[in-house]
Amino acid sequence: MASYSTNEFRSGLKVMLDGEPCSILGNEFVKPGKGQAFNRVRLRNLKTGRVWERTFKSGESLEGADVMDIAMEYLYTDGEFWHFMEPDSYEQHQADAAAVGDAGKWLKEQASCEVTLYNGTPLSVTPPNFVELEITETDPGLKGDTAQGGSKPATLSTGAVVRVPLFINRGEVIRVDTRSGDYVARAGKS
Amino acid sequence: MSDWRPGATRAVLQARGALLGQLRDFFARRQVLEVDTPLLARYGVSDPAIEPLRVLAASAGGPTNPGRPAQFLQTSPEFFMKRLLAAGVGDIYQLGKVFRDGELGARHNPEFTLLEWYRLGFTLDELIDEVGTLVAACLGRSHWRRISYQTLFAQHLGLDPHRASAEMLARTARDQLDLGGLAVDREAWLDLLMSHCIEPAIAADGLVFVYDYPESQAALARCIRRDGVRVAERFELYVDGVEIANGYRELLDPEELERRAALDNARRRRSGREARELDPRLLAALRSGLPDCSGVALGVDRLLLLQLNAQRLDDVVPFSAERC
Repeated sequence: MASYSTNEFRSGLKVMLDGEPCSILGNEFVKPGKGQAFNRVRLRNLKTGRVWERTFKSGESLEGADVMDIAMEYLYTDGEFWHFMEPDSYEQHQADAAAVGDAGKWLKEQASCEVTLYNGTPLSVTPPNFVELEITETDPGLKGDTAQGGSKPATLSTGAVVRVPLFINRGEVIRVDTRSGDYVARAGKS
Repeated sequence: MSDWRPGATRAVLQARGALLGQLRDFFARRQVLEVDTPLLARYGVSDPAIEPLRVLAASAGGPTNPGRPAQFLQTSPEFFMKRLLAAGVGDIYQLGKVFRDGELGARHNPEFTLLEWYRLGFTLDELIDEVGTLVAACLGRSHWRRISYQTLFAQHLGLDPHRASAEMLARTARDQLDLGGLAVDREAWLDLLMSHCIEPAIAADGLVFVYDYPESQAALARCIRRDGVRVAERFELYVDGVEIANGYRELLDPEELERRAALDNARRRRSGREARELDPRLLAALRSGLPDCSGVALGVDRLLLLQLNAQRLDDVVPFSAERC
Protein backbone atom coordinates (compact mmCIF):
# COMPACT_ATOMS: atom_id res chain seq x y z
CA MET A 1 0.00 0.00 0.00
CA ALA A 2 1.24 3.50 -0.81
CA SER A 3 2.06 5.87 2.01
CA TYR A 4 0.91 9.48 2.17
CA SER A 5 2.68 12.54 3.56
CA THR A 6 0.79 15.15 5.64
CA ASN A 7 0.71 17.49 2.63
CA GLU A 8 -1.22 14.81 0.70
CA PHE A 9 -3.85 14.33 3.43
CA ARG A 10 -7.18 15.19 1.81
CA SER A 11 -10.71 14.77 2.99
CA GLY A 12 -11.79 11.21 2.12
CA LEU A 13 -8.26 9.69 2.07
CA LYS A 14 -8.17 6.33 3.92
CA VAL A 15 -5.11 5.71 6.07
CA MET A 16 -3.92 3.32 8.78
CA LEU A 17 -3.43 4.95 12.18
CA ASP A 18 -2.48 2.95 15.29
CA GLY A 19 -3.38 -0.20 13.32
CA GLU A 20 -6.93 0.97 12.57
CA PRO A 21 -8.38 2.03 9.21
CA CYS A 22 -9.37 5.70 9.29
CA SER A 23 -10.87 8.23 6.93
CA ILE A 24 -9.45 11.77 6.90
CA LEU A 25 -12.09 14.46 7.42
CA GLY A 26 -9.93 17.57 7.54
CA ASN A 27 -6.31 18.73 7.61
CA GLU A 28 -5.20 22.08 9.04
CA PHE A 29 -1.64 23.34 8.46
CA VAL A 30 -0.36 25.11 11.59
CA LYS A 31 2.98 26.90 11.74
CA PRO A 32 4.33 29.83 13.73
CA GLY A 33 6.21 32.05 11.23
CA LYS A 34 9.63 31.08 12.55
CA GLY A 35 8.64 27.79 14.13
CA GLN A 36 7.97 24.13 13.53
CA ALA A 37 5.16 23.21 11.12
CA PHE A 38 2.42 20.80 12.24
CA ASN A 39 -0.72 19.36 10.73
CA ARG A 40 -3.88 19.06 12.85
CA VAL A 41 -5.82 16.24 11.27
CA ARG A 42 -9.44 15.24 11.91
CA LEU A 43 -10.09 11.56 11.36
CA ARG A 44 -12.89 9.03 11.64
CA ASN A 45 -12.06 5.52 12.79
CA LEU A 46 -13.90 3.41 10.22
CA LYS A 47 -14.39 0.51 12.65
CA THR A 48 -15.76 2.41 15.61
CA GLY A 49 -17.03 5.58 13.92
CA ARG A 50 -15.15 7.67 16.50
CA VAL A 51 -14.06 11.12 15.24
CA TRP A 52 -11.02 12.83 16.77
CA GLU A 53 -8.10 15.12 16.10
CA ARG A 54 -4.44 14.08 15.96
CA THR A 55 -1.45 16.39 15.46
CA PHE A 56 1.47 15.34 13.24
CA LYS A 57 4.78 16.97 12.47
CA SER A 58 4.51 18.24 8.89
CA GLY A 59 6.13 15.86 6.46
CA GLU A 60 5.35 12.71 8.48
CA SER A 61 3.52 10.02 6.58
CA LEU A 62 0.91 7.31 7.12
CA GLU A 63 0.33 4.10 5.24
CA GLY A 64 -2.76 4.03 3.06
CA ALA A 65 -5.58 1.72 4.20
CA ASP A 66 -6.94 -0.91 1.83
CA VAL A 67 -10.45 0.48 2.09
CA MET A 68 -12.94 0.72 -0.78
CA ASP A 69 -16.52 1.94 -0.96
CA ILE A 70 -18.45 -0.26 -3.41
CA ALA A 71 -22.10 -0.09 -4.49
CA MET A 72 -23.69 -3.49 -3.86
CA GLU A 73 -27.10 -5.09 -3.94
CA TYR A 74 -28.45 -6.43 -0.65
CA LEU A 75 -29.54 -10.06 -1.11
CA TYR A 76 -30.76 -11.54 2.19
CA THR A 77 -29.85 -12.25 5.80
CA ASP A 78 -29.48 -15.71 7.28
CA GLY A 79 -29.79 -14.33 10.80
CA GLU A 80 -26.03 -14.26 11.39
CA PHE A 81 -24.74 -12.59 8.25
CA TRP A 82 -26.10 -10.10 5.75
CA HIS A 83 -25.27 -11.02 2.16
CA PHE A 84 -24.43 -8.49 -0.56
CA MET A 85 -23.48 -8.79 -4.22
CA GLU A 86 -21.40 -6.62 -6.52
CA PRO A 87 -23.74 -6.01 -9.49
CA ASP A 88 -21.00 -6.10 -12.14
CA SER A 89 -18.98 -9.12 -11.05
CA TYR A 90 -21.75 -10.98 -9.14
CA GLU A 91 -19.14 -11.42 -6.41
CA GLN A 92 -20.82 -11.95 -3.05
CA HIS A 93 -19.77 -10.61 0.37
CA GLN A 94 -21.12 -11.41 3.82
CA ALA A 95 -21.20 -8.75 6.52
CA ASP A 96 -21.56 -9.45 10.22
CA ALA A 97 -23.79 -7.56 12.66
CA ALA A 98 -20.95 -5.25 13.69
CA ALA A 99 -20.39 -4.14 10.09
CA VAL A 100 -24.11 -3.76 9.29
CA GLY A 101 -24.91 -1.97 12.53
CA ASP A 102 -27.92 0.33 12.36
CA ALA A 103 -28.13 -0.01 8.57
CA GLY A 104 -29.76 -3.45 9.06
CA LYS A 105 -33.13 -2.02 9.99
CA TRP A 106 -33.45 -0.28 6.60
CA LEU A 107 -32.31 -3.10 4.33
CA LYS A 108 -34.87 -4.50 1.91
CA GLU A 109 -33.91 -7.23 -0.53
CA GLN A 110 -32.47 -5.90 -3.82
CA ALA A 111 -31.79 -2.45 -2.30
CA SER A 112 -28.61 -0.80 -3.54
CA CYS A 113 -26.23 0.00 -0.66
CA GLU A 114 -22.70 1.23 -0.25
CA VAL A 115 -20.50 -1.40 1.37
CA THR A 116 -17.09 -0.36 2.69
CA LEU A 117 -14.54 -3.15 2.31
CA TYR A 118 -11.40 -3.24 4.46
CA ASN A 119 -8.84 -5.78 3.22
CA GLY A 120 -11.67 -7.28 1.19
CA THR A 121 -14.08 -7.75 4.15
CA PRO A 122 -17.18 -5.59 4.80
CA LEU A 123 -16.38 -2.99 7.45
CA SER A 124 -19.56 -0.93 7.27
CA VAL A 125 -22.79 -0.65 5.27
CA THR A 126 -24.51 2.58 4.25
CA PRO A 127 -28.17 2.16 3.24
CA PRO A 128 -29.72 4.28 0.45
CA ASN A 129 -30.71 7.77 1.67
CA PHE A 130 -34.37 6.93 1.01
CA VAL A 131 -36.08 3.53 1.28
CA GLU A 132 -39.69 2.45 0.65
CA LEU A 133 -41.00 -0.06 3.18
CA GLU A 134 -44.37 -1.59 4.06
CA ILE A 135 -46.04 -0.95 7.40
CA THR A 136 -46.72 -4.24 9.20
CA GLU A 137 -48.05 -2.88 12.46
CA THR A 138 -49.65 0.40 13.54
CA ASP A 139 -52.78 1.67 15.30
CA PRO A 140 -55.81 2.06 13.00
CA GLY A 141 -55.93 5.28 11.00
CA LEU A 142 -58.36 8.08 11.83
CA LYS A 143 -60.89 8.77 9.07
CA GLY A 144 -60.79 12.31 7.69
CA ASP A 145 -57.57 13.21 9.41
CA THR A 146 -55.48 13.69 6.26
CA ALA A 147 -54.03 17.12 6.71
CA GLN A 148 -52.48 17.65 10.10
CA GLY A 149 -52.43 16.42 13.64
CA GLY A 150 -50.23 14.14 15.68
CA SER A 151 -48.19 11.11 14.87
CA LYS A 152 -47.98 7.49 15.97
CA PRO A 153 -45.40 4.72 15.88
CA ALA A 154 -45.42 2.27 12.96
CA THR A 155 -43.41 -0.92 12.59
CA LEU A 156 -42.01 -1.58 9.11
CA SER A 157 -41.38 -4.89 7.33
CA THR A 158 -37.69 -4.73 8.28
CA GLY A 159 -38.48 -4.25 11.97
CA ALA A 160 -37.65 -0.52 12.04
CA VAL A 161 -40.06 1.69 13.97
CA VAL A 162 -40.77 5.20 12.64
CA ARG A 163 -43.28 7.88 13.54
CA VAL A 164 -45.97 8.37 10.90
CA PRO A 165 -49.02 10.67 10.57
CA LEU A 166 -52.27 9.38 12.11
CA PHE A 167 -53.93 8.76 8.71
CA ILE A 168 -51.38 6.14 7.60
CA ASN A 169 -52.59 2.52 7.80
CA ARG A 170 -51.13 -0.94 8.08
CA GLY A 171 -50.23 -2.39 4.66
CA GLU A 172 -49.31 0.95 3.17
CA VAL A 173 -45.82 1.52 1.73
CA ILE A 174 -44.04 4.65 2.96
CA ARG A 175 -40.86 6.50 2.05
CA VAL A 176 -38.34 7.04 4.88
CA ASP A 177 -35.14 9.10 5.10
CA THR A 178 -32.60 6.65 6.55
CA ARG A 179 -30.22 9.43 7.71
CA SER A 180 -32.78 10.88 10.11
CA GLY A 181 -35.19 7.96 10.40
CA ASP A 182 -38.06 10.32 9.47
CA TYR A 183 -41.23 9.53 7.50
CA VAL A 184 -41.20 11.46 4.21
CA ALA A 185 -44.39 10.51 2.30
CA ARG A 186 -46.60 7.68 1.12
CA ALA A 187 -44.71 5.78 -1.57
CA GLY A 188 -45.80 5.97 -5.18
CA LYS A 189 -47.67 9.24 -4.61
CA SER A 190 -46.36 12.73 -4.99
CA MET B 1 -12.90 23.66 -14.89
CA SER B 2 -14.07 26.53 -12.68
CA ASP B 3 -10.78 27.27 -10.89
CA TRP B 4 -9.71 29.60 -13.71
CA ARG B 5 -11.71 32.15 -11.72
CA PRO B 6 -10.05 34.27 -9.00
CA GLY B 7 -10.68 33.30 -5.37
CA ALA B 8 -11.26 36.94 -4.42
CA THR B 9 -14.38 38.82 -5.49
CA ARG B 10 -14.17 42.25 -7.11
CA ALA B 11 -15.17 43.86 -3.79
CA VAL B 12 -12.30 42.04 -2.06
CA LEU B 13 -9.83 43.11 -4.75
CA GLN B 14 -10.96 46.70 -4.24
CA ALA B 15 -10.35 46.37 -0.49
CA ARG B 16 -6.97 44.82 -1.27
CA GLY B 17 -5.98 47.68 -3.56
CA ALA B 18 -7.13 50.21 -0.96
CA LEU B 19 -5.10 48.46 1.76
CA LEU B 20 -1.91 48.47 -0.35
CA GLY B 21 -2.49 52.19 -0.95
CA GLN B 22 -3.09 52.81 2.76
CA LEU B 23 0.18 51.05 3.68
CA ARG B 24 2.21 53.10 1.17
CA ASP B 25 0.53 56.29 2.34
CA PHE B 26 1.41 55.51 5.98
CA PHE B 27 5.12 55.29 5.14
CA ALA B 28 5.10 58.22 2.74
CA ARG B 29 3.75 60.44 5.53
CA ARG B 30 6.51 59.20 7.83
CA GLN B 31 9.20 59.69 5.18
CA VAL B 32 10.17 56.03 5.05
CA LEU B 33 11.60 55.16 1.62
CA GLU B 34 10.08 52.38 -0.46
CA VAL B 35 12.65 49.92 -1.87
CA ASP B 36 12.26 46.88 -4.10
CA THR B 37 15.12 44.45 -3.55
CA PRO B 38 15.71 41.25 -5.58
CA LEU B 39 13.55 38.16 -5.12
CA LEU B 40 16.05 35.85 -6.79
CA ALA B 41 19.46 35.48 -5.17
CA ARG B 42 22.34 33.11 -4.56
CA TYR B 43 21.73 32.87 -0.78
CA GLY B 44 18.72 32.26 1.40
CA VAL B 45 18.07 32.43 5.14
CA SER B 46 19.46 29.81 7.52
CA ASP B 47 16.27 29.68 9.65
CA PRO B 48 15.80 26.16 10.98
CA ALA B 49 12.08 26.10 10.08
CA ILE B 50 11.84 28.17 6.89
CA GLU B 51 12.44 26.53 3.55
CA PRO B 52 13.07 28.62 0.43
CA LEU B 53 12.27 27.56 -3.12
CA ARG B 54 15.28 26.75 -5.23
CA VAL B 55 15.24 28.00 -8.82
CA LEU B 56 16.96 26.19 -11.67
CA ALA B 57 17.49 27.58 -15.14
CA ALA B 58 15.27 25.75 -17.63
CA SER B 59 18.20 25.44 -20.03
CA ALA B 60 21.62 24.71 -18.58
CA GLY B 61 24.13 27.52 -18.86
CA GLY B 62 21.57 30.13 -19.88
CA PRO B 63 22.84 33.66 -20.31
CA THR B 64 21.78 34.92 -16.85
CA ASN B 65 23.06 31.93 -14.94
CA PRO B 66 26.02 30.39 -16.82
CA GLY B 67 27.46 27.54 -14.81
CA ARG B 68 26.41 29.11 -11.52
CA PRO B 69 24.83 27.30 -8.59
CA ALA B 70 21.06 27.27 -8.11
CA GLN B 71 19.47 30.42 -6.75
CA PHE B 72 16.79 30.89 -4.10
CA LEU B 73 13.55 32.83 -4.16
CA GLN B 74 13.71 35.06 -1.09
CA THR B 75 11.66 34.13 1.99
CA SER B 76 11.87 37.77 3.15
CA PRO B 77 13.77 40.84 1.94
CA GLU B 78 15.70 40.98 5.24
CA PHE B 79 19.25 40.40 3.94
CA PHE B 80 19.05 42.86 1.06
CA MET B 81 17.35 45.48 3.24
CA LYS B 82 20.10 45.16 5.86
CA ARG B 83 22.70 45.69 3.14
CA LEU B 84 20.86 48.89 2.18
CA LEU B 85 20.80 49.98 5.84
CA ALA B 86 24.53 49.32 6.18
CA ALA B 87 25.06 51.37 3.01
CA GLY B 88 23.36 54.28 4.75
CA VAL B 89 20.02 54.67 2.94
CA GLY B 90 18.09 55.32 6.19
CA ASP B 91 14.52 54.23 7.06
CA ILE B 92 13.15 51.84 4.41
CA TYR B 93 10.18 49.59 3.70
CA GLN B 94 9.43 46.95 1.10
CA LEU B 95 5.95 45.77 0.09
CA GLY B 96 6.05 42.73 -2.16
CA LYS B 97 5.95 38.99 -2.65
CA VAL B 98 8.05 36.42 -0.83
CA PHE B 99 8.10 32.61 -1.11
CA ARG B 100 8.22 29.81 1.45
CA ASP B 101 8.21 26.19 0.41
CA GLY B 102 5.74 23.72 1.90
CA GLU B 103 3.52 26.31 3.59
CA LEU B 104 0.03 25.60 2.34
CA GLY B 105 -3.22 25.81 4.26
CA ALA B 106 -6.17 28.04 5.07
CA ARG B 107 -3.81 30.76 6.33
CA HIS B 108 -0.66 29.82 4.42
CA ASN B 109 0.22 30.17 0.78
CA PRO B 110 3.74 29.45 -0.55
CA GLU B 111 3.75 32.87 -2.28
CA PHE B 112 2.47 35.74 -0.16
CA THR B 113 2.65 39.50 0.22
CA LEU B 114 4.95 40.75 2.96
CA LEU B 115 5.46 44.26 4.30
CA GLU B 116 8.86 44.67 5.92
CA TRP B 117 10.32 47.85 7.35
CA TYR B 118 13.30 49.13 9.35
CA ARG B 119 13.51 52.18 11.59
CA LEU B 120 16.86 53.66 12.60
CA GLY B 121 17.30 54.31 16.32
CA PHE B 122 13.90 52.80 17.24
CA THR B 123 13.73 50.69 20.37
CA LEU B 124 11.56 47.59 20.19
CA ASP B 125 8.84 49.39 22.20
CA GLU B 126 8.83 52.28 19.74
CA LEU B 127 8.47 49.87 16.85
CA ILE B 128 5.64 48.04 18.65
CA ASP B 129 3.80 51.35 18.92
CA GLU B 130 4.30 52.06 15.23
CA VAL B 131 3.07 48.58 14.23
CA GLY B 132 0.12 48.95 16.61
CA THR B 133 -0.78 52.33 15.11
CA LEU B 134 -0.67 51.00 11.55
CA VAL B 135 -2.51 47.73 12.18
CA ALA B 136 -5.17 49.32 14.39
CA ALA B 137 -5.82 51.90 11.64
CA CYS B 138 -6.11 49.19 8.96
CA LEU B 139 -8.49 47.10 11.08
CA GLY B 140 -10.51 49.89 12.66
CA ARG B 141 -9.34 48.96 16.16
CA SER B 142 -8.31 51.39 18.85
CA HIS B 143 -5.86 49.70 21.21
CA TRP B 144 -3.32 46.95 21.69
CA ARG B 145 -1.67 45.27 24.61
CA ARG B 146 1.74 43.78 25.40
CA ILE B 147 2.41 40.55 27.23
CA SER B 148 5.70 38.72 27.68
CA TYR B 149 6.16 35.21 26.30
CA GLN B 150 6.82 34.07 29.85
CA THR B 151 3.63 35.59 31.30
CA LEU B 152 1.59 34.16 28.44
CA PHE B 153 2.83 30.61 29.15
CA ALA B 154 2.39 31.08 32.89
CA GLN B 155 -1.18 32.34 32.52
CA HIS B 156 -2.44 29.80 30.02
CA LEU B 157 -0.36 26.71 30.75
CA GLY B 158 1.06 27.28 34.22
CA LEU B 159 4.66 26.79 33.15
CA ASP B 160 7.84 28.78 32.70
CA PRO B 161 8.90 28.58 29.04
CA HIS B 162 12.46 29.61 29.85
CA ARG B 163 13.09 26.95 32.49
CA ALA B 164 10.70 24.04 31.83
CA SER B 165 12.40 20.89 30.51
CA ALA B 166 11.50 19.41 27.13
CA GLU B 167 9.79 16.51 29.00
CA MET B 168 7.68 18.96 30.99
CA LEU B 169 6.62 20.81 27.83
CA ALA B 170 5.82 17.50 26.11
CA ARG B 171 3.74 16.32 29.08
CA THR B 172 1.75 19.58 29.13
CA ALA B 173 1.08 19.24 25.38
CA ARG B 174 0.06 15.57 25.68
CA ASP B 175 -2.38 16.39 28.49
CA GLN B 176 -4.33 18.61 26.09
CA LEU B 177 -3.81 17.11 22.64
CA ASP B 178 -3.70 13.73 20.88
CA LEU B 179 -0.13 13.63 19.59
CA GLY B 180 0.41 9.92 18.95
CA GLY B 181 4.13 9.17 18.96
CA LEU B 182 5.15 12.75 18.14
CA ALA B 183 8.83 13.31 18.92
CA VAL B 184 10.28 16.80 18.46
CA ASP B 185 12.95 18.94 20.12
CA ARG B 186 12.41 21.45 22.94
CA GLU B 187 11.96 24.42 20.59
CA ALA B 188 9.28 22.61 18.61
CA TRP B 189 7.39 21.71 21.82
CA LEU B 190 7.26 25.45 22.58
CA ASP B 191 5.99 26.08 19.03
CA LEU B 192 3.36 23.37 19.45
CA LEU B 193 2.07 24.80 22.73
CA MET B 194 2.04 28.31 21.23
CA SER B 195 0.16 27.34 18.07
CA HIS B 196 -2.22 24.72 19.49
CA CYS B 197 -2.96 25.95 23.00
CA ILE B 198 -2.12 29.64 23.37
CA GLU B 199 -3.21 31.03 19.97
CA PRO B 200 -6.81 29.78 20.42
CA ALA B 201 -6.78 31.12 24.00
CA ILE B 202 -5.96 34.68 22.87
CA ALA B 203 -8.40 34.67 19.94
CA ALA B 204 -10.78 37.01 21.80
CA ASP B 205 -8.05 39.43 22.92
CA GLY B 206 -7.70 41.61 19.79
CA LEU B 207 -4.19 42.98 19.15
CA VAL B 208 -1.63 41.28 21.39
CA PHE B 209 2.12 41.94 21.17
CA VAL B 210 4.05 39.02 22.63
CA TYR B 211 7.63 40.02 23.55
CA ASP B 212 10.78 38.68 25.23
CA TYR B 213 11.05 35.43 23.29
CA PRO B 214 13.37 32.65 24.50
CA GLU B 215 16.98 33.21 23.46
CA SER B 216 16.81 30.02 21.39
CA GLN B 217 14.13 31.70 19.23
CA ALA B 218 16.04 34.96 18.78
CA ALA B 219 16.64 34.46 15.02
CA LEU B 220 18.34 37.79 14.17
CA ALA B 221 17.14 39.76 17.21
CA ARG B 222 19.44 41.14 19.88
CA CYS B 223 19.44 39.34 23.22
CA ILE B 224 19.40 40.92 26.66
CA ARG B 225 19.26 39.65 30.24
CA ARG B 226 15.96 40.21 32.02
CA ASP B 227 15.13 38.83 35.49
CA GLY B 228 18.06 36.45 35.31
CA VAL B 229 17.14 35.00 31.91
CA ARG B 230 18.56 35.75 28.47
CA VAL B 231 15.66 36.76 26.22
CA ALA B 232 15.44 37.94 22.63
CA GLU B 233 14.35 41.50 21.91
CA ARG B 234 11.75 40.12 19.57
CA PHE B 235 7.95 40.48 19.34
CA GLU B 236 5.13 38.83 17.49
CA LEU B 237 1.80 40.53 16.88
CA TYR B 238 -1.30 38.35 17.18
CA VAL B 239 -4.65 39.71 16.06
CA ASP B 240 -7.63 37.67 17.28
CA GLY B 241 -5.22 34.75 17.74
CA VAL B 242 -3.76 35.04 14.22
CA GLU B 243 -0.02 35.75 13.98
CA ILE B 244 0.58 38.62 11.58
CA ALA B 245 3.93 40.30 12.37
CA ASN B 246 7.37 39.49 13.72
CA GLY B 247 9.79 42.22 14.82
CA TYR B 248 13.34 42.55 16.22
CA ARG B 249 15.70 44.98 17.78
CA GLU B 250 18.19 44.02 15.12
CA LEU B 251 21.34 42.08 15.84
CA LEU B 252 24.36 44.21 14.82
CA ASP B 253 27.30 42.00 15.83
CA PRO B 254 28.78 40.09 12.85
CA GLU B 255 30.43 37.46 15.06
CA GLU B 256 27.12 36.74 16.77
CA LEU B 257 25.51 36.49 13.31
CA GLU B 258 28.04 33.77 12.37
CA ARG B 259 27.45 31.97 15.66
CA ARG B 260 23.64 32.01 15.15
CA ALA B 261 23.97 30.74 11.57
CA ALA B 262 26.11 27.86 12.87
CA LEU B 263 23.49 27.05 15.54
CA ASP B 264 20.71 27.14 12.91
CA ASN B 265 22.67 24.77 10.73
CA ALA B 266 23.39 22.41 13.62
CA ARG B 267 19.65 22.26 14.28
CA ARG B 268 18.92 21.79 10.58
CA ARG B 269 21.35 18.85 10.39
CA ARG B 270 19.88 17.25 13.52
CA SER B 271 16.47 17.17 11.84
CA GLY B 272 17.94 15.77 8.62
CA ARG B 273 17.94 18.93 6.53
CA GLU B 274 20.81 20.42 4.55
CA ALA B 275 22.90 23.19 6.06
CA ARG B 276 22.87 26.64 4.44
CA GLU B 277 25.82 28.83 3.73
CA LEU B 278 25.66 32.26 5.39
CA ASP B 279 25.44 35.05 2.82
CA PRO B 280 29.01 36.50 2.84
CA ARG B 281 27.74 39.90 1.63
CA LEU B 282 25.36 40.15 4.61
CA LEU B 283 28.26 39.34 6.91
CA ALA B 284 30.43 41.96 5.17
CA ALA B 285 27.61 44.53 5.55
CA LEU B 286 27.43 43.87 9.31
CA ARG B 287 31.23 44.09 9.57
CA SER B 288 31.11 47.44 7.83
CA GLY B 289 28.45 48.50 10.37
CA LEU B 290 24.68 48.15 10.52
CA PRO B 291 23.11 51.22 12.19
CA ASP B 292 21.19 50.64 15.44
CA CYS B 293 17.65 49.83 14.29
CA SER B 294 14.48 47.80 14.77
CA GLY B 295 12.68 46.00 11.98
CA VAL B 296 9.47 44.07 11.41
CA ALA B 297 7.79 41.89 8.78
CA LEU B 298 4.00 41.83 8.49
CA GLY B 299 1.80 39.44 6.47
CA VAL B 300 -0.37 41.63 4.28
CA ASP B 301 -2.72 38.87 3.06
CA ARG B 302 -3.52 37.97 6.67
CA LEU B 303 -4.04 41.64 7.51
CA LEU B 304 -6.66 41.79 4.74
CA LEU B 305 -8.14 38.47 5.93
CA LEU B 306 -8.65 40.00 9.37
CA GLN B 307 -9.98 43.27 7.97
CA LEU B 308 -12.62 41.42 5.94
CA ASN B 309 -13.35 38.75 8.53
CA ALA B 310 -12.48 36.07 5.95
CA GLN B 311 -11.42 32.56 6.87
CA ARG B 312 -9.11 31.55 4.04
CA LEU B 313 -6.30 33.30 2.17
CA ASP B 314 -7.87 31.92 -1.01
CA ASP B 315 -10.71 34.42 -0.41
CA VAL B 316 -8.41 37.46 -0.26
CA VAL B 317 -5.69 36.90 -2.88
CA PRO B 318 -6.43 36.97 -6.62
CA PHE B 319 -5.17 33.41 -7.16
CA SER B 320 -3.95 31.17 -4.33
CA ALA B 321 -1.63 28.22 -5.02
CA GLU B 322 -4.57 25.88 -5.64
CA ARG B 323 -5.53 28.05 -8.65
CA CYS B 324 -2.01 28.40 -10.07
